[in-house]
Amino acid sequence: MNNVFVYCEIEDDHVAEVSQELLTKGRSLANQLKCNLEAIAIGHKLDGVAQQIIPYGVDTLYLADDKRLSPYQTLPHTSVVVKLFKEEKPQIALMGASSIGRDLGPRVSSALHSGLTADCTSLETGEHYDKKSDTKYKNLLYQIRPAFGGNIIATIINPDCRPQMATVREGVMKKEILDPKYKGKVVNLDVSKYVSDSDFVVEIIERHMEKSRLNIKGSPIIVSGGYGVGSKENFQLLFDLAEVLGGEVGASRAAIDAGYVEHERQIGQTGLTVRPKLYIACGISGQIQHRAGMEQSAQIIAINTDPEAPINSIADYVITGDIADIIPKMIKYYKKNTK
Amino acid sequence: MKAYNIIVLAKQVPDTRNVGKDAMKADGTVNRAVLPAIFNPEDLNALEQALRIKDQFPGTTVTILTMGPGRAAEIIREGLFRGADGGVLLTDRAFAGSDTLATSYALGQALKKMGKIDLIIAGRQAIDGDTAQVGPQVAEKLGMLQVTYVEEVKELKNDAVVLKRRLDRGVETVKCKLPLVMTVNGTAPECRVRNAKLLMKYKRAKTVTELQKENEDYTSLYNDRPDLNIPEWTVNDIESDASQLGLTGSPTKVKSIENVVLQAKESKVISNADAEIENMMIELIKSHTIG
Repeated sequence: MNNVFVYCEIEDDHVAEVSQELLTKGRSLANQLKCNLEAIAIGHKLDGVAQQIIPYGVDTLYLADDKRLSPYQTLPHTSVVVKLFKEEKPQIALMGASSIGRDLGPRVSSALHSGLTADCTSLETGEHYDKKSDTKYKNLLYQIRPAFGGNIIATIINPDCRPQMATVREGVMKKEILDPKYKGKVVNLDVSKYVSDSDFVVEIIERHMEKSRLNIKGSPIIVSGGYGVGSKENFQLLFDLAEVLGGEVGASRAAIDAGYVEHERQIGQTGLTVRPKLYIACGISGQIQHRAGMEQSAQIIAINTDPEAPINSIADYVITGDIADIIPKMIKYYKKNTK
Repeated sequence: MKAYNIIVLAKQVPDTRNVGKDAMKADGTVNRAVLPAIFNPEDLNALEQALRIKDQFPGTTVTILTMGPGRAAEIIREGLFRGADGGVLLTDRAFAGSDTLATSYALGQALKKMGKIDLIIAGRQAIDGDTAQVGPQVAEKLGMLQVTYVEEVKELKNDAVVLKRRLDRGVETVKCKLPLVMTVNGTAPECRVRNAKLLMKYKRAKTVTELQKENEDYTSLYNDRPDLNIPEWTVNDIESDASQLGLTGSPTKVKSIENVVLQAKESKVISNADAEIENMMIELIKSHTIG
């Protein structure tokens, strides 16, 4: 009762990266709130997942194991989570802001009439005083995310409804095993008590999941372009520089919306969060949503025609000028000085 | 041949894709006046899917349901110009301050008044919040099945649909029976453009409030051309529990809004001169950042 809960996504017997990151965050929230960390994994052949999940400091892991529960489907997974939450009454529930979490989370929150905040970039605990009702709330979850327009950060709270639900994108939180020998309890749920036959109304005809072709997150150097790059053709310059430096190409949302490069390259609040050694921002103005995904880069070069671009204030090197002029020079002098 | 009753959920949103420097006022609040209000892009993808089913099954009706202020009637007109049969504007101060859950409750209660619905189609998410929550929350409120991230309706036969879904790391094809709530991705086909005949036909489609504002004598129009009347539903037109509406009915509250103060780093400002760029590259190579 009243614990922190993490919904763990299972892909091919493995716990999804984003779920591991949330378990780490969940553990630290549970410590702050002096409660337990609990987790739920739903799928089939879940024998191996306990040893992947418990070491993050999970006190109780609930498993719902049934052939029909893999791969993920909306209704049966919703039924299991909603019923379990009604029984266990968690104070906080975290899910990945993934295809699965963004399908499941709203459904669960709607069934339980609990608040859900999407794409949080930070989760903290704190107090709140409501003037109108003269009520003081303690130990609320602060769900922090950039909001409308991009120049503001909103802190969202759910004062009265439980669980306080939030989704977080992969890569935003850091993952860290607490103790490989952590002692947690495993509870095997009797699936027949949690789902009904009427939950299984979707037939999956075909499914192709691929490992991401791109490894932007793991790349030490990222050359990233924004709307200011101007065209799909101009993006070739960024690919050239990335190739020479041994990096990957990323993009801001504006560049993706303009169709310059594919969606998988999006960096920012609603895309990837990256922490490379070097981030070269080309024609990116630097809205907060974009900065949320890259400001932890060790070094940042900003190339912009606008000397006042907001991104300049977080950059180590600010170059004012045209990328068509500057990128070829960077390639030239990189080659010259590395033989 | 079978005809379907399709409702498209749509939202009028500020065009956050083209936010310029003047989008924020000096006091840190959003300057809505400079942001054009548009038909949420993925809701247009949703409308196209509805219109394709109408093309295939004549007699199908496509109705747009939107919640918002009075001017949101603009997107219903936009939908009529592109082939929708009608629309309902759900508008009331009682809905103000709704979070996604209170929004889906209000929409759900309105949908319950719209007859036997075969298909509810919405965009995956709106560009002003990017939450992707309202579609699934409405489905749950109505106890309906949902299929999210739809990119293509591959088949609709005997009340069963085959849908291709675009997921983070792949694609999935699923089959299920109607009724259904589906949310459509921006990767689905773009919406057809306005039709000139429909534009002529519906350019005078207005809500009563709009007609009153323009001082038009709307009573005759209302009677002669009922198809030009865009119905406005207030809280009194739907059955609802006041505790689930608007700010009161929203579990999430905004505790605080902070302006972003940039922690300015000490930047080196470099011109496009060759020597300066070469120096920078040498520094980066020496510090093992590159190379």
